[in-house]
Amino acid sequence: MSGLSALFYKEMLRFWKVAVQTVVAPVVTALLYLLIFSHVLEAHVEVYPGVSYTSFLVPGLVMMSMLQNAFSNSSSSLIQSKMQGNIVFVLLPPLSYLEFFLAYLGAAVIRGLAVGFGVWAVTLWFAPLQLPHLGWLLAYALLACAIMGALGIVAGIWAEKYDQLAAFQNFLILPLTFLSGVFYSIHSLPPFWQGVSHANPVFYLIDGFRYAFVGHSDTDPWLGLLVAGACFVAISALTLALLRSGYKLRH
Amino acid sequence: MSQARPAIHVSGLRKRFGATQALDGVSLDIQPGEFFGLLGPNGAGKTTLISILAGLTRADAGHATVMGHDVVRDYRQARRALGVVPQELVYDPFFNVRETLRIQSGYFGLKHNEGWIDEIMHHLDLAQHADKGTQSLSGGMKRRLLVAQALVHKPPVIVLDEPTAGVDVDLRRSLWEFISGLNREGHTILLTTHYLEEAEALCGRIAMLKSGRVVACDTTRNLLQLTSEHCAQLRLDGDAVPATWQARLQHDADGSWRINFSEYAELETLLADLRGAGIRVAEMQLHEPDLEDVFTDIMKRA
Repeated sequence: MSGLSALFYKEMLRFWKVAVQTVVAPVVTALLYLLIFSHVLEAHVEVYPGVSYTSFLVPGLVMMSMLQNAFSNSSSSLIQSKMQGNIVFVLLPPLSYLEFFLAYLGAAVIRGLAVGFGVWAVTLWFAPLQLPHLGWLLAYALLACAIMGALGIVAGIWAEKYDQLAAFQNFLILPLTFLSGVFYSIHSLPPFWQGVSHANPVFYLIDGFRYAFVGHSDTDPWLGLLVAGACFVAISALTLALLRSGYKLRH
Repeated sequence: MSQARPAIHVSGLRKRFGATQALDGVSLDIQPGEFFGLLGPNGAGKTTLISILAGLTRADAGHATVMGHDVVRDYRQARRALGVVPQELVYDPFFNVRETLRIQSGYFGLKHNEGWIDEIMHHLDLAQHADKGTQSLSGGMKRRLLVAQALVHKPPVIVLDEPTAGVDVDLRRSLWEFISGLNREGHTILLTTHYLEEAEALCGRIAMLKSGRVVACDTTRNLLQLTSEHCAQLRLDGDAVPATWQARLQHDADGSWRINFSEYAELETLLADLRGAGIRVAEMQLHEPDLEDVFTDIMKRA
C-alpha cells in the first residue's frame, strides 16, 4: 500500500461507515424534490418538446446531488480532522501534497458518483430510462465531482470553524447549484438573468449532463465541457498551491 | 560519539508567531541511542521545536535533520525516521484500534505490517481493545494508541511531547517501562515533560529552554551537581535558637527552622550547638538537591 492508496482507503472507509448519512440520506432528499416538483409541475411545464418535466428534472437532481456530496466529502472530512486535531495523523507521515490532493479528491469523486448513481436508480420508477449519450454523461459526472471535490478541499483547509464551512456551503455552493437550471431551463429567464446564469460554471455542468439524458441542452455541450475543464484545472491549481504552501495546515 | 551522525541535529532554528519569538536560535545535537529530555516552562518553545522536526511547522531560519535527513528538503526520509507522540489526546472516531494502526502504517507505505501491529498492541495492552472504536477508549487507552501509532513504521527516533500529562500513576509507570525498553533496544528518545522527577530518572541528557533559547544543556548528572545546596528543616522545642546561628537559620511561618548548607559538617555543628544550648530537636527533614532545584535556579538566572 502506498501512502496515497492508504489515505484514499481511509477517506473511502470514512464515508462508507456512515453511508446512511452520506449516501442514503441525499438520495432520499433528491427523491423528495422529485416527488414534489414533478407533482406540481408535470402537467404545466414542458421545457423541451417531447420531454416530460420529470424526465427534464431527473438529470438536474442527479447532478445537484453529485455536486453537493462531492463537496461535502472532502470539506467535512478535513474540517473534522482539523477540529478534532487528528489531521496530524496525515501530516506526520511522508505523504506529498500531490498524494494528499489525489486521495481526498478521489474519495470525493467516488462519493459523488455513488450518490448520483443512487439518485438516478430510484428515479427510474418515475422517468423511463433513456441514455442517448453515455460518453457525455461520464465526462460531465466525473468533471463535476472532481471540481466540487477540489473546491471542498479548499473550503476544508480554509475554514477554521464549522460555521465558516457552513457559510461557504450556504452562500456559495447552494446558490450556485440551485440557480443553475436544476429545476428550470434558463431560457425561461429574462435576458439579464440568462446572462448571469452563463457566468455560473455549475449551469454548464447541469446543462451538459442533461444533454446526455434527454438530447437537448441550452448551450453546446462542447462549450460546457471546455468551461468545466477550465474550472477543474483552475481550482486544482489553486488547491495544489495551497497544499504545497502548507496554508493553514503546516504553520 | 562525536564521529557519529546525530539522530537529531538542529542549528540556528528561529520561529516567530506574530509578536512571539517562539524559537530564538536553537541549536542541539542528539546522538543515536540517547534518552534526551527537553524541559522548559509553558511557552518556552518545546512544542515548536518538535513541530519543526516533524514538519508540522516551518522554521523561519536555521535547519533541522533527523538521522541525517533534512526535514524540509528530504522530508520523506526524515519523517520515516521519526515517530511522534503528540501532546493533545487526538483520535479519529471513525475507526477502531486495528483500523487506525493499519491505516497509519499504510501512510508510511507499509503493506504487510500485521505482525508488528499485533506486537505493539500486545506490548501496549491494546490487543483486547483491537476492535473497539477509538471513541469508546478511556483516556489512558487513547494515549497508548497514540504511542502505538507513532511506532507503526519502526522509527529509529521517537519524540514524545508531554506523554504523561494527565495520565494515572499505573499507566505512567508502564509507559515509561515500555519507552525505556525501546531506548535499550537502540531507539533514540526525545522527551518533553513537566514532571522533572520523570526527566531526572529517565534522561541521560537534558536541555532546558526558556523563551526560545537553550539556557542549559548537559548530562543529567552534571546538571544535578550545579546545585550543591542541601536543605534541612528542623522543628525545635522552644522558640529560640543560639544567638550565633540566628543569621543562618530561617524561621518559617509554620514555626520550623530552615538552613541551606553545602557541607554536612555544618549541620553537625548546628546540632551540637543546639544540644549544648539544651534545645531538643523534635523533628528533622533533609532535602537533597534535585532537578527541580536546578531547573528553578537556571530559569531564575536565565
